[in-house]
Amino acid sequence: MDLTDKLLSSFIAFEDQVNVNDPVHEIRTEALKRFEKQGFPNKKLEAWKYTSLQDLLTTDYSIFPKSKCALEYANVRQYFLHEIETFKIVFVDGQYSSFLSETTHDGVDVCLFSAAIEKPKYKHVVDAYFNKVANQKDALTNLNTSFANEGAYIFIPKGKAPLKPIEIIHFATGNTPQILLQPRNLIVLEEGAEAQIIERHQALSPIEAFTNSVTEIYAAKNAILDYYKFQNDQLTASLVDNTYIDQKEGSEVRVHTLSFGNKLVRNNLNFYQNGEHCNSVLKGVTLASERQHIDHYTLVHHAQPNCESHQDYKGVYDDRSVGVFNGKIIVDQIAQKINAFQQNNNLLINDKATVNTKPQLEIFADDVRCSHGCTIGQLDEDALFYLRSRGIPEKESRALLMYAFANNVLESVKNNALERRVKQVIADKLGVRLGFDL
Amino acid sequence: MLHIENLHARVEEKEILKGISLDVKPGEVHAIMGPNGSGKSTLASVIAGREDFEVTDGKVSLDQQDLLDLDPEERAHAGVFLSFQYPVEIPGVTVTNFIKASINESRKARGLEEMPANEMLSKIREKSALLEIDRKFLSRSLNEGFSGGEKKRNEIFQMAMLEPKLAILDETDSGLDIDALRIVANGVNKLRNKDNAIVVITHYQRLLDYIVPDHVHVLYNGRIVKSGTKELAKELEEKGYDWIKAEND
Repeated sequence: MDLTDKLLSSFIAFEDQVNVNDPVHEIRTEALKRFEKQGFPNKKLEAWKYTSLQDLLTTDYSIFPKSKCALEYANVRQYFLHEIETFKIVFVDGQYSSFLSETTHDGVDVCLFSAAIEKPKYKHVVDAYFNKVANQKDALTNLNTSFANEGAYIFIPKGKAPLKPIEIIHFATGNTPQILLQPRNLIVLEEGAEAQIIERHQALSPIEAFTNSVTEIYAAKNAILDYYKFQNDQLTASLVDNTYIDQKEGSEVRVHTLSFGNKLVRNNLNFYQNGEHCNSVLKGVTLASERQHIDHYTLVHHAQPNCESHQDYKGVYDDRSVGVFNGKIIVDQIAQKINAFQQNNNLLINDKATVNTKPQLEIFADDVRCSHGCTIGQLDEDALFYLRSRGIPEKESRALLMYAFANNVLESVKNNALERRVKQVIADKLGVRLGFDL
Repeated sequence: MLHIENLHARVEEKEILKGISLDVKPGEVHAIMGPNGSGKSTLASVIAGREDFEVTDGKVSLDQQDLLDLDPEERAHAGVFLSFQYPVEIPGVTVTNFIKASINESRKARGLEEMPANEMLSKIREKSALLEIDRKFLSRSLNEGFSGGEKKRNEIFQMAMLEPKLAILDETDSGLDIDALRIVANGVNKLRNKDNAIVVITHYQRLLDYIVPDHVHVLYNGRIVKSGTKELAKELEEKGYDWIKAEND
């Protein structure tokens, strides 16, 4: 049975686990119908020209993990940024782990999507926001919506900010060696609210985990959100991340996508500016090697005037790795005085590595500043000689240049623990220990 | 200390160095002068180990250690330092971090521990003061947006930090105004001692007013065609290079 058929037939079993009388379930059922028509995306679609899911779809995934698996904190502590200094929403093989989590309802809600759709006090939020900004024409988003039942639920009321950053971590234990995970996150920031969120997906052994995640983010007037996607999973694990962000007047949302691991990653990052004076920041650092395939597919839709967007993606590709950057910017006719900036720079370390980069601008307003640029190059030989002539060996010199190349994207990371972690991952991945703290 | 014997080097099919011999003893300053295109910078690059040039004949050694078989970093570990004519801009790495990496890699190569942080810091303070370098300058990205003078001061600062046996200053005076020239030259002079040696490569005599050479050599068309004392540099300044060309063409 192919995966599409398996998913369609699993839906009946899924219905035994959820409240089918809830309005949420109507949304699921509609989404499933759409997915059934669409099927998984293939390379014939323009948006999937450079990334094929075909290999992933031949695996016989478990759709519902067999049993709950308990993890000892000591065994997974390395994947958390902090023991105490963060809230944590932790899932193990798709199921919530209360033992590893630290949630809160103290002025803000940092808890579970499953709880939010069950409890009457959250009903108005779920009704107002669930599956509203998510693209209903996107097949994988529809697939996720069909099975949407668990994930993070974060609600920050007007003017509030959680006391500490929030970590969302999805572990795959390896108890189920082939697993399909579909977390669904709903994040709402009311007027003037602020938050910092770090998300990661982590398989604990080299298993075939395939995660199809959807995150909906709503940033009301003057809200500020820093969102970090830290992608450093096993080289057997794959991720399609669909993130949709609705921004209202004066809000600022910054998303850093830090991609180091995984077999295949597709980041569909979509910003919709639905108010004036919004600022959207999209930053990415990618370090790929072996046969990794990392695809960044961004959309910034400027639907209101006087807004800004800044995109800066840097990628370093070694071995036979493949990189894709597709950056689409739409500026509606009424969206005058827009400043949209897009930059994608890539280094190819190996002749066999590939990068496909494509800016896509659709501009219907006349008074806008839109700049974009992409480069694909190699390490500068003059710079390499300069470093070596100062006694830094070739391997370390190359690493230093790659680190330097990615560094300006990291400068805007506001979480120091995360910044240190990322620099350590870069040094480890480049296989060097430099004579200073990166 | 530095021994060069019958050195021939080419880039692609073009022979640039056509048999250079030179001996530099500890404590000495040698100036290498010559018109543009005579091979001065090539000589500096070949000693430092740039791979664009192919050495076809001859020897280069430092304290009896053959340099030609060594990688650029190994030559640096052996005590060679090249102050670049055009220092490379490296955005994303601060001056301080670069110098730390440079010193600690050299120490690692000699089997030493990393330099303790406080020792590093006080050394950076001392040497940056010597070259009148502002503290803020040290946290800027290496050479990025630096003026010509700042780049050259930064080169000599690195030399001061690394304390090489042999420093080759390639056109260190180019792009410097008179104040910067004085600071740089003063820094170099303070770094001179009986155990190290300096080779100054320059087109003009003016740097040699400040860094006074023991020997002056004129390089022309890939060969040293004349050697003398500092008076030779003055003669070149007055008469230009045409008479050298006329004697040798």
